[in-house]
Amino acid sequence: MAATLPPPRLLPSGDSAVTVEFSRTIDDDANQRVLALDKALAANPIDGITETVPTYRSLLVHYDPEKIGFDALGEKILPIATRPLPPVTKARRWRIPVAYGGEHGIDLEDVAKALNTTPDDIIARHTGGDYKVAMIGFTPGWSYLSGLDKSLHMSRRQSPRLLTPAGTISIGGIQAGIQCLAAPSGWHLLGRTPVRTYQLHRNPTFLTEPGDRVTFFAIDHKTFEEMDRAAEAGELIAEQVAA
Amino acid sequence: MSRLVVASIGPASSVQDGGRLGAQRYGLTVSGAMDRLSLAAANTLVGNEPFAAAVEIGPFGASFTARDGAVRIAISGAPRNADIAGNPVAMDTSVTLKDDETLTLGFARGGAFTYLAIEGAIKGEPMFGSLAVNARAGLGSPYPRPLQAGDEFTVDPASGAPELRIELPKPATGPIRVLLGPQDDEFDEANKGLFLDSEWKISATSDRMGYRLEGPAIKHLHGHNIVSDGTVNGSIQVPGNGAPIVLMMDRGTSGGYPKIATVITADVGRLAQTPAGTAFRFKAVSMAEAQDEARKFAQLIRSLPDRLRSSDTVALNIEALSDANVAGYAVSAVDAGTWQVTAEPEATTRPEAESTP
Repeated sequence: MAATLPPPRLLPSGDSAVTVEFSRTIDDDANQRVLALDKALAANPIDGITETVPTYRSLLVHYDPEKIGFDALGEKILPIATRPLPPVTKARRWRIPVAYGGEHGIDLEDVAKALNTTPDDIIARHTGGDYKVAMIGFTPGWSYLSGLDKSLHMSRRQSPRLLTPAGTISIGGIQAGIQCLAAPSGWHLLGRTPVRTYQLHRNPTFLTEPGDRVTFFAIDHKTFEEMDRAAEAGELIAEQVAA
Repeated sequence: MSRLVVASIGPASSVQDGGRLGAQRYGLTVSGAMDRLSLAAANTLVGNEPFAAAVEIGPFGASFTARDGAVRIAISGAPRNADIAGNPVAMDTSVTLKDDETLTLGFARGGAFTYLAIEGAIKGEPMFGSLAVNARAGLGSPYPRPLQAGDEFTVDPASGAPELRIELPKPATGPIRVLLGPQDDEFDEANKGLFLDSEWKISATSDRMGYRLEGPAIKHLHGHNIVSDGTVNGSIQVPGNGAPIVLMMDRGTSGGYPKIATVITADVGRLAQTPAGTAFRFKAVSMAEAQDEARKFAQLIRSLPDRLRSSDTVALNIEALSDANVAGYAVSAVDAGTWQVTAEPEATTRPEAESTP
């Protein structure tokens, strides 16, 4: 029997939610514990929990204080949250097409310059990565990825852009991202994908789940246009491959 | 079927209900009514479920016309002048609009959002169990955007049920209660004290995503960047400039600024109805008190049907209602015995609400 893991901090987020915090920093081990707790609570629901929201380093647990109080909920969560991690199960894996550079990735050249290399080399490093969806947040389908090549870590832009296009593929700090809807962003824009991680009348509405694996492959801008039309018509576009 | 046509309407008006739960893990925020108690009161008056879809009307005026038959409606929330063909309509009552009649609502007085509920509720195509408008995500039904003049709802014909009023408890007037956390340890005692002991005003640049606060700058212990984590309705985050933002119903589901405190569930609607520019304070309460208040709030909503009264037991004192409204005070429904002006909080005034929250 493996020893239990150190307990997370239970931080009150108002009277109807608790933040179960495993780390204060971006930390893949903490994220694994977040996703494991999320899964465990889905498999064996605690009466009173209404919704869970995984993030990089914490699981936000919404609950109904008429059904369970803060202390009682904490007592039920802690033993589950300190269990040794279960063996890694097969994750879904998505191959996401990206049109790099030009109008679709206006920061690609600047990123290459800043890192003393060529745009093609940046594309090779970005498509060479094996990523995990650490969390989805901010706006619908915005998938935050861990696993960015260390040589691509760079701080975010000094001044965020007020609007960046739907489908933007970007990097910021030590993270990579797939953005679905047009939104403000301070990240560096490398390209765009025709894939919609969120599309209202499609089944499934949301493509990615926290814990999914992701790789990118480059497409030319003409292919982007074709795929974009197909995606608009409701096709998934992203390829799901066996893990 | 009858129709209710939006003859005129100001910005920040949309269809809202109890909100969209269960998809925050995909970045989809909850939306829903800014003032849940008022939504529930209006719905209860016309026999709907408390969190059925209704029209959330922003601070400006609006008018609605019945077509192809009569429509039974009710209004609750931020008080305003209301009339049908010149005959005043009281807040917190139901009323039936005959075919071709128009309900005209003035500016909000002493609040921001008024709820217009329709007998049989607004019909549409629920997405994730909700008709609530979330314009950014293209969600909401029958219109996935704020309402415009000319929009219309297909609604049940008026049932002819007797008109009702609802007796709501007097709104609380004290400080907005908060629970410290989840990141109160990102602030030292002096700055936590500054947050709790200062007077705040809501900035006019606020909206359904967040209420920006004007007051002293709150300083962080370790800078303003934390690793993004989850948010709730009422999360109070402190960005780099030190001006707190209370996250409201259209908030991002995650955020990267430290959250010093969280408004308790029972007080979120009261904060939502605080007009821009009005001074108010926060007060920290214990988890036990916050959860007790949350349970009482849930019980209050369940008890609303017991608070319905026949509206013809009260003779409307039109003159007094009109005088009080002209004077700019909020008048409680149809409590003809007292004609009581809603109690004003000591330190606050209620200006004409031209400003949006």
